[in-house]
Order: sequence, then structure tokens, then C-alpha cells
Amino acid sequence: MNIEGKRRVWKDYQKEIAGDNFFYVRSCVRQNFFPGSEKTFLRILKEELHKDIFENAAHTTCSGIGYHSDIVPFETTMTIVARQFALMTESGYENFATSCITSFGLYTEILETWHHFPEVEERIRKHLKNATGREFSKPKNLSHASDIIFKFRKEIAAVGKYRLINHYTGKPLRAVEHIGCHYSRMFPSKGIGGAEYPYVLIGMIEDWGGEVIDYPERRHCCGFGFRQYLIQANRGYSLSCSKKKFDSMAPYKPDFILTNCPGCPMFLDRWQYTISEMEGITYGENGHGIPVLTYEELAGMILGYDPWDLGLQVHQVPVEPLLDKMGIPYNADSKFLNKEGASMGKPKAPSFLKFY
Amino acid sequence: MGKLYDRLSEDVRFVEGLKACLNCGTCTAICPAAEFYNYQPRQLVDILQTHDDDAIEALLKSETIWYCGECMSCVTRCPRGNAPGLLITVLRATSQDLGYFVESEKGRQQLAIKRTVGEWILKFGYCLFPSEILPEMHPEQGPIWEWEHEHLEEVMQRLGANYKKAGPGILRKIPDEDLAEIRKIFDETGGTERYQKIEDYSKQKAVEMGIHLDNGMNNDYIHKIYTTNNNNHGRKE
Repeated sequence: MNIEGKRRVWKDYQKEIAGDNFFYVRSCVRQNFFPGSEKTFLRILKEELHKDIFENAAHTTCSGIGYHSDIVPFETTMTIVARQFALMTESGYENFATSCITSFGLYTEILETWHHFPEVEERIRKHLKNATGREFSKPKNLSHASDIIFKFRKEIAAVGKYRLINHYTGKPLRAVEHIGCHYSRMFPSKGIGGAEYPYVLIGMIEDWGGEVIDYPERRHCCGFGFRQYLIQANRGYSLSCSKKKFDSMAPYKPDFILTNCPGCPMFLDRWQYTISEMEGITYGENGHGIPVLTYEELAGMILGYDPWDLGLQVHQVPVEPLLDKMGIPYNADSKFLNKEGASMGKPKAPSFLKFY
Repeated sequence: MGKLYDRLSEDVRFVEGLKACLNCGTCTAICPAAEFYNYQPRQLVDILQTHDDDAIEALLKSETIWYCGECMSCVTRCPRGNAPGLLITVLRATSQDLGYFVESEKGRQQLAIKRTVGEWILKFGYCLFPSEILPEMHPEQGPIWEWEHEHLEEVMQRLGANYKKAGPGILRKIPDEDLAEIRKIFDETGGTERYQKIEDYSKQKAVEMGIHLDNGMNNDYIHKIYTTNNNNHGRKE
């Protein structure tokens, strides 16, 4: 099958994504490490697309990191998820939109479990009622935030100020896309394009003018592995997985990496720093790293939002080389200023990775 | 023979995850953990298929069940619809409930996860909370995190968070009544019991090993389980 044929097949392999009236739940990792991305997601939906998206302040973690590091029982996690559904129901919504891939995978797994084992759903309903007095309806639609940006990618392109075109050469910028494992590995039909050819990020990159790189370790995990990162003694696992990917993608000279999972952009960003400190290796051009972006950060860049409003200043691998290639102006002097415009000092420069 | 297997089979994830393995090894070929650790999901599923209690007990006490990263790559590839990654979740749950986890270096690490992520869920309502992610425990986070951590409130404010404040938004203060509901859910569904077992079995093990363990994070036992690697976990060529 040639590439065009593959594209045709997998473009048709899509899922239903609600178009409006979303109940939004946040991601633990993203709130800690990429708060600007969640801020930008809501800004795009409200200000550019004029959608109704609601956040109930009573919602909490889904407990997914605790569940996948095996300290939280499945029964407990299912009941916490049931509580999130109850908050959605009480708020008058039916379309559940989640910021996190671990959560998205868990919500999917739990809904599938309840479908195949209705007695488990009944038990969880009783647990929730006993513990909180709440009741719930299941969502009519479950979408990840990247599904929603994918759905509206052409609208974003239509009002965008910039494209993924190299400002200096006129050629498409070359992107590596990295899909979070729990997006579609367990339930391929729940992700756009399934597990083999997930199209969710490709669609954004291509419609925004860029070119997608195919490379040998494209579908390898970033290496989070939950307990494999949380415990210092295990982090060699996590680092090795990312290094395997960097070594595999580097010959294709990507201009950036695009991700749809909360953890992956953080690891692919931080491990480039770690590898540079350990081995003196940098993967980008002229001592730089390869910038790693969330899909909201990229959408915000296309829309011409201020890079520092997007939160690009909290990346360990600077994004400025990509901003330069896209012809996006930025004020380097305001990168590390606080909301009032006062200095917060500056981070130290790494030993090898070019930062300033 | 078979009692442990029967116990595992009470979990729907075990029923869903183990149909019939033909030992093709596709799961091992795709597994990131198998590439790094002395770990083969194929072998693990094969042991479970024997229904042999002694072999399953040995597995529950082993390092083996702690190597998986739960990425679920195996689930996509298995031609028989098995899910070794899902079986791991049941084995780890059982190992903790029976106190077997303290018999392995990797298993003992569960206490450190319980005292960080586990407690943060109950205290803050988030699995992670930035004030608790200490740069000295996370050197890989680099100078950018050191800087963020030093200026946390200002950085969060600049990036549009509602850090530790009432109302909706990023890293908001989750109301006490909602945290109380999460604690009640833990009590109702076995979460509190799991935490207590991790604590109790770890304390017994610390006494047995003659290593000091108190209720905090700054003690010899926590330091040992968080940082020690006997370098005997790697893949055997």
C-alpha cells in the first residue's frame, strides 16, 4: 500500500467527537508542568471557536497515576471516575472532555468494563451513593482535548496568522508526532486512526502546513512507565525509552516534536537535558535540542498568541529556534517576567544544551 | 493448587486479560520493559496459565511483576486478545494485599509511591502538586524546574493558574468537602485499606531489615527504597 492509500484508509478510521457543550476535566501532570496549555485550550474553544465548555470546581484527579502505579485499587479509581460523571450530570452536561491521556484511557477502560460487566457498574453506583450520596449518567460522548482540537483544526488554520512553513526556505517544517500510549493502545477504536496510524496529530500538522516524519521508533513509549519514573532508582527505564526515540528520529532532522499526552512532552523535553548533561549529546541544530510542544501550544502559535502566554518559557529545551523558523516575533527580554512585568530572575544555563 | 489463581480470577481485569496464550512472544517483542529489564510478558502469562500456586506465589514475591510500565503496547499486538499489562495490575494488587511486595527490591518501592502520590491525592486532590515536587528529588527536571519551584506562585500566576485559590482553574484549592468525599470513597472501596497494608507490611519489613522507618519521607528506609538499585535487574543477553 502506498502512502496516499494509507492516508485514505486511516483518514476514514475516525471516531465521533462532540462539537459543543463540553464538561472539562483537568490533568494533574499538565497543571503542574504545562499550565499554559490548558489555559490556551479553553481560550481557543471560547474565544476562537465560541464553544460552551464548563469546568466544575469540585472535580478532582481521576487518581490515574496512583492507579497505574498500583497503590490505588481499581474499585477506588472507578468510584472516583463515577464521581466525575456525577458532577457532569449535576452540571447538566453529556459530553465529557478530558485534558489527560491517562484519564482518557481510564475513562474508556472503565466504561468498557461496565459495558461487559454490568454488575461492576451497579456495585460502583452503590459505592458512590454510599460515600457521597451522588448518582450519575454515563457520558454520551467521551473525547480527549486533542480530539477536539483535531476536529476544529481547519477552523484554526483558517483564522491562523502563521503556518508550519520555514520562514527562510518556504518549505514545510518537519515534525515528529508522538501519541500517548493510553490514547488508543488498549481500545484502538476510541482514537482517531486507531493504534496503528493514529491520525489525531498528523491531521493538525498537515492542515497547518507541516510535514510528518516517519521514523523507526515512532510508536515506542516515551518511557513514563508510572513507577518507572516516580521512583528515582527506576528512572533509567524512562530515560532509555526516550533516548531510543531521540537516536531514531535525529537523522531525520525534525524541526519539532508534537505530543498529545501530558507526560510525554515533559519527558521528551527533560530527558534531552538529562542526556546532554550525562553524555554531552544534543539532538537539535547547533547545540540546541528538538523543541517539544503540546498541541495547544502549537495551535496557539498558529493563532499568533504571545509565546510567553502559551507557557513556552517553562520548557527546558528552548522553543525559540522554531519560533524563528515560523517567523513568529517574540520579546526575549520578557521571557522570565512575572504577570506584573517584574523580573523573576533567570534559570541557570545547562552545561551543554543551548539555552540562552 | 489453584487457590491463588482463583483469587486472581475474581478480578474482572484478570478475566479480560487472560484468554489463551499461544506463546508466540509478540508481547515480549513489543514490550519496552522487556528491552530494558530481565522481563518477558510471554513467560509471565505462561506461568499464570499453569494455575500452579507455588509458581504464582513466587511470581507475587518476585522483582518480575514490578518491571512493566503499564504502557499497554502488548494489548494492541496480542493475536489472542490477551492483556499482559492488565494482568500485571492484578498481580501487583494481590502482591500488596498479601504483603508479598516487600520481598523484592522493586516491590518495596510501593511505600515511597504511597507516601508521595498516594498522600497527595488525599491532601490536595491531585496526583501531583508542584510544591511537593522537590528539585533535589528530581535532578532530571533541570534548572528550569529549579527556577519554577523557586518562583512557583509568580510563575503559576503568569501562566494563568488559579494556584491554591478558590473557584475553578488550574491547580485551584479543591474544597475541603470535595476532598472529604474522596476520602470517603477510599474508605468505601478499599483504598484506605490498601494504603494501610502498604504501611503495615513495610514497617514489618523495615524492622526485619534493621533499617529505620518513621512516618515521614526523611528516613533510611524511604531513602533506600527510593534510590537503591542493585543493578541486577537488567536484561540478560
